[in-house]
Amino acid sequence: MKHSQNQILNMTITPDQPIKFSPLHRLQWEEAQQKYVILYPEGMVELNQSSAEILKLCDSTRTLAQIVSELEQKFDTTGLTNDITAFLGVALQNGWINQN
Amino acid sequence: MAGSTKTNITPPRWLLAELTYSCPLQCPYCSNPIDYANYQSELSTEDWKRVLTEARKMGAVQLGFSGGEPLTRKDLPELVKHARDLGYYSNLITSGYGMTEEKILQLKEAGLDHIQVSIQASTQELNDHIAGTASFEHKKTVARLVKKHGYPMVLCVVLHRENIHQMPEILAMAEELGADYLELANTQYYGWAHINRDLLLPTQEQFEQAEQIAQAFKEKVAGKMKIYYVVPDYYEDRPKACMNGWGTTFLTIAPDGVALPCHSARELPGLDCPNVNDYSISEIWNGSKAFNFFRGLEWMKEPCRSCDEKEKDFGGCRCQAYLLTGDMYNTDPVCSKSPDRHRIQQAITSAKTCASSNSQEKPLIFRNSKNSRIFAKN
Ligand code: SF4
Ligand code: SF4
Repeated sequence: MKHSQNQILNMTITPDQPIKFSPLHRLQWEEAQQKYVILYPEGMVELNQSSAEILKLCDSTRTLAQIVSELEQKFDTTGLTNDITAFLGVALQNGWINQN
Repeated sequence: MAGSTKTNITPPRWLLAELTYSCPLQCPYCSNPIDYANYQSELSTEDWKRVLTEARKMGAVQLGFSGGEPLTRKDLPELVKHARDLGYYSNLITSGYGMTEEKILQLKEAGLDHIQVSIQASTQELNDHIAGTASFEHKKTVARLVKKHGYPMVLCVVLHRENIHQMPEILAMAEELGADYLELANTQYYGWAHINRDLLLPTQEQFEQAEQIAQAFKEKVAGKMKIYYVVPDYYEDRPKACMNGWGTTFLTIAPDGVALPCHSARELPGLDCPNVNDYSISEIWNGSKAFNFFRGLEWMKEPCRSCDEKEKDFGGCRCQAYLLTGDMYNTDPVCSKSPDRHRIQQAITSAKTCASSNSQEKPLIFRNSKNSRIFAKN
């Protein structure tokens, strides 16, 4: 089934609901690879540093806006909203995070 | 750098721990070696723990406990706990036979991450026939319990001529059981499946029809259930990128401690696959003859050697080349560029003839110790 690998689903982040990392996946630091990875049945995704920073904040207490402001503070910058929203959209589609 | 053709060695990422060859089921497509009766010894608990520790240190992170039926090992919870302490993401690959709710809880407590339950068909009659054991209802119960206790539920169905027509029912069953992942694995013709090929290989029409149904289902359940579809490579014109490249990613340890670059590799001649009783995992991975045998692209013959796709599929599967052409250095005969492609065609024709003759002369050879001892002798 090589045909349609990437399903485009209409899934977007709901702004006022906290975001939670999926209990069916595991986010873990890999010493050997010197990076964070997401582990799930039959698969592993290697994360770059910024993706990992975002996902670490998905702990079911923070909303999208809170994650953005926290990271903007941490990295002493502004204007991260679009990038973070886009990444979390992808994360939601992949089932790495959810909102209920 | 004159004379240096040494391939860069990447660390193992996936470890497959085949804990035992013992299994209460008798699947005629089982990928265990047909002469498994020759390999009776099993590693001790301490040896397994050492293997897990050493492989983890090198970078292995995905871990599959398989077999045979891994539940027959009494030390399974202890090994699972050890794996969790080391930071593995561990998977139990089980027939469900012998699984109870109590064990599911105990393994969860020990830190098991997910359980993959195999079901042979969508009906009791066929499931129990293929498995060689009455097991259908229990498997479904186990699948529900896996889900109930918060594991990602991975259902695995191996497809072949006897069950491929059940595709719609198999998909409905997966949905009904609430599978998070469904592995639809067309039989790969090694081990027991190879000797039963005439009876197991579907026709191209059957395969294409089933694939269409599965494809439509995949779209329907997108976002809810993930489908892993393993194609039957006989109907492809390029081989699979076997093992993601020899000695790059996967490490299999057989029940008796023999380390294998792929789970069929012990059938290949002259590899001298090393045993974990004699060497450390890093010696085996980095230095052994077996793991370096087909590493990189230097070993290739034509047409692979000068092919611009060789970095994509690494010339296909060595075991398939050996099984079908008698020479493990050959291009995987699945490839349309292979001079041996006609052997695949012969296999397809032979299976088709067998299917239409409807004769009972050739029964399925079930995977059990009695049959294995026959192959072990020869
Ligand atoms: S394929 Fe069947 S017979 Fe082989 S190990 Fe698995 S359950 Fe047992
Ligand atoms: S000739 Fe060899 S390398 Fe080229 S596509 Fe076929 S199997 Fe792959």
